[in-house]
Amino acid sequence: MRLERFQMIDRVERLDRAALSIVCRCEVPLQSSVFEGHFPGHPLLPGTLMIEAIAQCCGLLVLALQDFARMPVLVGVDKARMRAMVAPGAVLAAEGRLVQEGAVYAAATGRLLSEGRKVAEAEIRLGTIPFPSEQLRADTRGFARQIGLI
Amino acid sequence: MADYKQETFDVVAGIIAEVSSIDRTTIAADSHAINDLGIDSLDFLDVTFAIDKKFGIKMPVEKWMEDVNEGRAKAEEFFVMRNLVRHIDDLVAAKAAAA
Repeated sequence: MRLERFQMIDRVERLDRAALSIVCRCEVPLQSSVFEGHFPGHPLLPGTLMIEAIAQCCGLLVLALQDFARMPVLVGVDKARMRAMVAPGAVLAAEGRLVQEGAVYAAATGRLLSEGRKVAEAEIRLGTIPFPSEQLRADTRGFARQIGLI
Repeated sequence: MADYKQETFDVVAGIIAEVSSIDRTTIAADSHAINDLGIDSLDFLDVTFAIDKKFGIKMPVEKWMEDVNEGRAKAEEFFVMRNLVRHIDDLVAAKAAAA
């Protein structure tokens, strides 16, 4: 994870196109300016960033399944639950599964696991929009290659 | 083009009322989803999701917006309730015919 860059996913571990699912690896950094405030002397990964990790995981799934045709953006989160606290240094698995896809949206479910134990879950609604520029589409593909999505 | 099915209208109006927190009694056949009912873009996304799920279809809303933006169709063609419902009926019929 590079929290200040809002990059939650480090590596794609498995993409299953038939099952419409993905598993990603997220390594919580030992240090980050985010932890300075959350909380002083007791660093914890914010729950909102757990949800963001799930959303990004699902977004990568949509990008792969749609071959980078459109850009996923977060438009809704339902039934979000943070079930355990996550400390710096934790290695998380983010899992996502597509449940419904339309012309301009994708709905997915996802969860975060730490050592096999569920620490967060949510239903994610993504809007899919045209990429604002071909450069951004190219940069997104480049990042996807870097993390092993394609 | 055939008129819309009342039962489809009732389902779609119910979805819109619930998703957008609108009084169901205000939704009429001639209601414009955006101009009259005040549905914003995020509400419309949620409505699209719910309608797609309910009827097992994929409304081609992107294509509809392109047609409007490029002058091939008027917004009323897709966003006035009677017309929206007719399009949904057509999509359901096309799906049944393809099955």
